[in-house]
Amino acid sequence: MASRDYMHRLPDSHSSLSRPVSLSRRWHIDVPLLVLLLVLAAVGLGVLHSAAGGDVHYVKRQAVFMVLAFVGMFIVAQIPLDVYRRWSPWAYVGGCALLVAVLFVGVGAKGAQRWLEVGGFRFQPSEIMKLAVPMSVAAFLHKRNLPPSFFTVLGALGIVALPAALIVRQPDLGTSILIAASGLFALYLAGLSWKMIGAAVMGLVAAAWPIWQWGLRDYQRQRILTLLDPDADRLGAGWNIFQSKAAIGSGGLYGKGYMQGTQSQLDFLPESHTDFIIAVLSEEWGMRGALLLLLLYVLIIARGIYISFMAQHVFGRLLAGSITLTFFVYVFVNIGMVTGLLPVVGVPLPMVSYGGTSLITLMAGFGILMAIGTERRRVTF
Amino acid sequence: MTEQRLFRNRMLVALAGVALLLGVLVARFYNLQVVNYDDYRTQSDENRIQVRPVAPTRGLIYDRNGILLADNRPSYNLAIVRERVRDLDATLELIGHLIRLDDSDVEKFRNRMQRRRPFEPVPLRFRLTEEEIARISVNEFRLPGVSVEAELVRYYPLTDLFAHSVGYVGRISERDLSTFTEEDVRRYRGTQSIGKAGLERSYEDLLLGEVGYENVETNARGRVLRVLERHDPKPGAELTLNLDARLQRAASAALGDRRGAVVAIDVKTGGVLAFVSKPSFDPNLFVTGISFNDYRALSDSLDVPLFNRALQGQYPPGSTLKPMMGLGGLADGVIDAKYKVKDPGYYRLPNDTRLYRDWKRWGHGKHVDLIQALAESCDVYFYDMAARWNIDGMHDIATRFGLGAKTGIDLPVERPGLFPSRQWKRGARGMPWFPGDSLNAVLGQGFVLATPLQLAVMTATIASRGTHFKPQVVLAVDGVEQPPEVLHHVEAKPENWDLVFEGMEAVVYSAHGTGKKAGKDLDFRVAGKSGTAQVVGIAQGEQYDSEALKERHRDHALFVAFAPVDDPQIAVAVLVENGEGGGKVAAPVAREVFFDWMSRPQDLPEEAVSDEIDMGAGHG
Repeated sequence: MASRDYMHRLPDSHSSLSRPVSLSRRWHIDVPLLVLLLVLAAVGLGVLHSAAGGDVHYVKRQAVFMVLAFVGMFIVAQIPLDVYRRWSPWAYVGGCALLVAVLFVGVGAKGAQRWLEVGGFRFQPSEIMKLAVPMSVAAFLHKRNLPPSFFTVLGALGIVALPAALIVRQPDLGTSILIAASGLFALYLAGLSWKMIGAAVMGLVAAAWPIWQWGLRDYQRQRILTLLDPDADRLGAGWNIFQSKAAIGSGGLYGKGYMQGTQSQLDFLPESHTDFIIAVLSEEWGMRGALLLLLLYVLIIARGIYISFMAQHVFGRLLAGSITLTFFVYVFVNIGMVTGLLPVVGVPLPMVSYGGTSLITLMAGFGILMAIGTERRRVTF
Repeated sequence: MTEQRLFRNRMLVALAGVALLLGVLVARFYNLQVVNYDDYRTQSDENRIQVRPVAPTRGLIYDRNGILLADNRPSYNLAIVRERVRDLDATLELIGHLIRLDDSDVEKFRNRMQRRRPFEPVPLRFRLTEEEIARISVNEFRLPGVSVEAELVRYYPLTDLFAHSVGYVGRISERDLSTFTEEDVRRYRGTQSIGKAGLERSYEDLLLGEVGYENVETNARGRVLRVLERHDPKPGAELTLNLDARLQRAASAALGDRRGAVVAIDVKTGGVLAFVSKPSFDPNLFVTGISFNDYRALSDSLDVPLFNRALQGQYPPGSTLKPMMGLGGLADGVIDAKYKVKDPGYYRLPNDTRLYRDWKRWGHGKHVDLIQALAESCDVYFYDMAARWNIDGMHDIATRFGLGAKTGIDLPVERPGLFPSRQWKRGARGMPWFPGDSLNAVLGQGFVLATPLQLAVMTATIASRGTHFKPQVVLAVDGVEQPPEVLHHVEAKPENWDLVFEGMEAVVYSAHGTGKKAGKDLDFRVAGKSGTAQVVGIAQGEQYDSEALKERHRDHALFVAFAPVDDPQIAVAVLVENGEGGGKVAAPVAREVFFDWMSRPQDLPEEAVSDEIDMGAGHG
């Protein structure tokens, strides 16, 4: 244990703990969060079962992923926080190297190179960065005086910008924005001045037209246009949104019943078991079901914020806050996309959409959150 | 401000943002699922629920004894919904690997594709075998938008026997569509066929029925999963015909391989009992679209099998008009029962050198009266009568017996024939009427043309002593009998009718009668009249030499007759193209018709008749 990192640590840490350490705390498990995640996982499997048209194959595979993800979360939670903090620069550098490799030897589909293939095993380096970026920014800010100085902000922005730029090149604009957001959340929570935030927003507004004109690809522009007028091209680009809105809307307050959704069961709803799965839930369970799912997410987010409030030091606070807010962004972007509020970007609904990779990254994030939440109190103040 | 408080403040601001965005999501769900619920409910229903027309069953057609002449049989067709196929060429190629698919199938399919309605299954192949259906079913997942559809298609069990009367249906063509009204378009939804010829065409409106609808639930690939609601179609009307399948077969058999026509009419009602035109063809060829080769074989044949001789063949009726002309002469006082003519074998008009020959070179003797003139078909007697009569009187009597005008039979595309008049000749030829024209007209030559149907109607009118019925093929629609329609009544003195009857009876029974074969071995009396119509004119003085003429330039043989004389039931007209002798060739055909009709117990139970016919149909 590197005692020099904790200059203000008391010589006798045991004296401050009057109660014995609980079992869950010893195993670094945050019980309320675990319960919420288990409930969400169960709901996700149930909805997936219907979305896959009763095909147990998907449910079985996803259940295996879930078990792996929970085990992963448990392992991640056991690792002391300062290990993450000290190793985060290396994870960051390694991740960036892999992102560069993707640009040269990556594989993919539909004109985008997102995967690396090693010995028949495929993975997306951008998944690593989903955690490595906020962690690096938090670690970077950990040792600095807060609120951050101008140069500190510049440094943090640089940490965010490099992987974001590499991922845009793949191209994968959606993931790039989400990863950048996770880093920026850490910077924001560290006290980035409102003036600079205001300036950045103004700059974005000013840059909107040039970005539209030169920064976006045709399909990206098309997605935004489709969002603005989904009925213009019902059988083409607007098809997904048209069908998902019909699915959600026709569910009404109480839904059509489990496995009874005509839009999803008769295959009118595309991507019904992956990105558009909330439409299946909304069609079959109605607004009642959709709001209950939102409530689950809200409870998880609330727990995450509680953990961030209770964190022992800057790194933990910023990282917990960033992970929690990013989680919310995932939920919001996915539901916003499926309900036709946002353009179609490939963001799965956390814990419910079918797919193993994003699930494991997500649960690793919750593992870190648990590590933060169950860190032994070494500090009194 | 400590770092921790700063963090908390920032987090609280972020929380406000989170709450706001959550509010947006909740509002969006409320907007979609509550406010606009009805719209989206409708949209999702429109997605899955398709309204499909259900074609009505076409009305069946039976002969007068209940023998099925036009049936509907299930056929399994391969159909494609264009809107659901991404790559049509690839799909066609794949189908071509699975089942037999000719270039002509594909070509016809592409034609049908041109005029399809949106989301309508367009047939690609008809009459799939069970093996083909299995091959398609196994590969269903590779063939989105392709389906096997059961359809009822017309089948004519007696094949060529009724091709010229019942006719046939065919696929709705571009030309048919161009004549469709909006109402027609609605009525023919889901229906592939339309009557093209014969009764199938003239009774199309009744046979079609009323289209039904069903709401079906389909998935996104267009597969029908279940029927939600169904409004049954109303089947088309059932037709029962006056035609008698057994009599038709007897008449057809009597005609044999010769080209010609036989029309038999019920004297009491005008009902058409037999309607034969030979050669015939198999109407089943046309039902799902005739192949190019089959059609060319039919249309290029020298015997023109597609030509309806009984209805559209206009022939010089020859001497078959003599009984009617005799009646006209009697009525107009040109002749009477005792009037006699000297026949040296020719007739010469006053102030004219041209000789009008009798068919018998040396004539029929010095004292030919009407009875003998009819019995032996003495031409000179009628030349003499015509010379002393006028064309107006002849035209008048011919018109009253239905010549020169359509009979009004319930079959499509009837030809009117021609009986000339002064006016007609002036208008059509720009020439006045010459006395010689009358001499030709009285013998049914020259300008005179009549269809076999018209001759049968004329004969039936004589047989009924003047009641001119409209000929009717259909006896009953959906079991409701159609009342016979009298067009008008030819008034004549009873003794004049008796004279004509006697003359026509003498044709069959007198020593020199020209139609003795018509009554051979029959236990009832037959009255008739032979006729011979020249195909090419013979120059004066030239001898008629049938050996020298090509077969197709020989005279047409005709015979009209009715029976029994004491209570006429049935009238017949027979035409044998290039048959030469009316009495020799056509009269025996009439005899077979009479024999079949009169020898039959009239109240035979239905099953017995149909058994008999079914056995016969096996050979046809």
